[in-house]
Amino acid sequence: MSEAQSPGRVVIGPASKPALPRGVKMRHDATRDRWTILAPERVFEPDAIAVAVLQLCDGVRSVEVIAAELANTYNAPRERILADIVTMLQGLADKGVVVA
Amino acid sequence: MTAPAIEPRVRAPIGMLAELTHRCPLQCPYCSNPLELERVAGELPTQVWLDVLAQAAELGVLHLHLSGGEPTVRQDLEAIVAQAAKVGLYSNLITAAVTLTRERLDRLAAAGLDHVQISIQDAAPDNADRIAHYRGGHAKKLEAARWVREIGLPLTINAPIHRQNIASLPAIIELAVSLGARRLEVAHVQYYGWALRNRQALMPTRQQVLTSAQLVERARERLRGVLTIDFVVPDYYASRPKPCMGGWGRGSLNITPSGKVLPCHAAETIPGLVFENVRDRSLREIWLGSEAFNRFRGTGWMPEPCRSCAFREVDWGGCRCQALAFAGDAGLTDPACAKSPLHAEFAAVAGREAAQEPPPLVFRNPRAATAS
Repeated sequence: MSEAQSPGRVVIGPASKPALPRGVKMRHDATRDRWTILAPERVFEPDAIAVAVLQLCDGVRSVEVIAAELANTYNAPRERILADIVTMLQGLADKGVVVA
Repeated sequence: MTAPAIEPRVRAPIGMLAELTHRCPLQCPYCSNPLELERVAGELPTQVWLDVLAQAAELGVLHLHLSGGEPTVRQDLEAIVAQAAKVGLYSNLITAAVTLTRERLDRLAAAGLDHVQISIQDAAPDNADRIAHYRGGHAKKLEAARWVREIGLPLTINAPIHRQNIASLPAIIELAVSLGARRLEVAHVQYYGWALRNRQALMPTRQQVLTSAQLVERARERLRGVLTIDFVVPDYYASRPKPCMGGWGRGSLNITPSGKVLPCHAAETIPGLVFENVRDRSLREIWLGSEAFNRFRGTGWMPEPCRSCAFREVDWGGCRCQALAFAGDAGLTDPACAKSPLHAEFAAVAGREAAQEPPPLVFRNPRAATAS
């Protein structure tokens, strides 16, 4: 995959402060008893890890801070979590689900 | 004889298209409304729509698409949007945008509107206005698109594609980016209703379709993270049918201006199906129990070669309205499928029509509907 940067592409790094943009909503779907992300013409079904990450994406916490909190909560290596969530959030940013 | 396939459990619908009105200032010759347009006197009153939205949320609908005709001609649109927000439906306004004002958009955003989709007919203003049959419309759309972004709402541009604008595809993609849209729908016209009537004038060649697919593929790579492009191909040149509506009665429903509940917006062309009305029965009862929804739900209705096909739960048999329009029976195999005995003829019709001089467009209006 080419990593050429498109002008205007959101690039996620440890210092980014991710948030859900206007028009993207994560909520619990009572009918199906699962979490959903509602976006323009799209419904995403985040897994438990994505839900845990996105619930911390408030536009104030940096990715680094989020990784530290999750490392603490799940008693997992911080560097590994940081790398994983940068990849995850970049994927979501490319889908327009996350801004930073 | 093959045993009937076991019906899958009926799932809750995810998306609901609310056609608030069939009134529209534009007259696009591929309009998805039926040839027989519903009249204003038959439109559902506000209170019924508010109740239907509450029922839809309760039933499990997540996305509400407010469409028409032109939904903004309804003066109660703000109340409908506010109700969507209140009951937890994600609201998407599908608009031609030529009659929108900045004040109206502000009010809709304040009422809780989540997303706006604006259609364009071309990137070239003169041709766009010619196709929409509305002078000055294109410039108004661009202005409205900029307001949407100024307000901070997400914007999708919807571009129906056909032989009379397909050469503008690169310019359409650039226009969507310049307007700040995050999504673009490059939607080759689907040939039902008005578009079927205008098929000879609109059908592109196979080569044009292939070229458009390549252009979209390159643009997707170049614009990754900037613009998501949804691409809908015309199935006349396909070898596998599209999973129309994601399957009949599987995830979507459509409500007409007068309250009829349909599995898809062209379903009324199918003779013998009775569509129930939200004025008479609850949405839940109609979704689960109505004959029209159950007629082509799942795989049990399928004839061969569909019934034993490995893809029967991938494409759900394709499109019933197309089977009706081309094969004469909504219960037959979609001619877009290479396994249909009519497939060769289906593709040949498209190639033949695309090679001819286009006849004049028949614009969508009540007068044209009754003319033969």
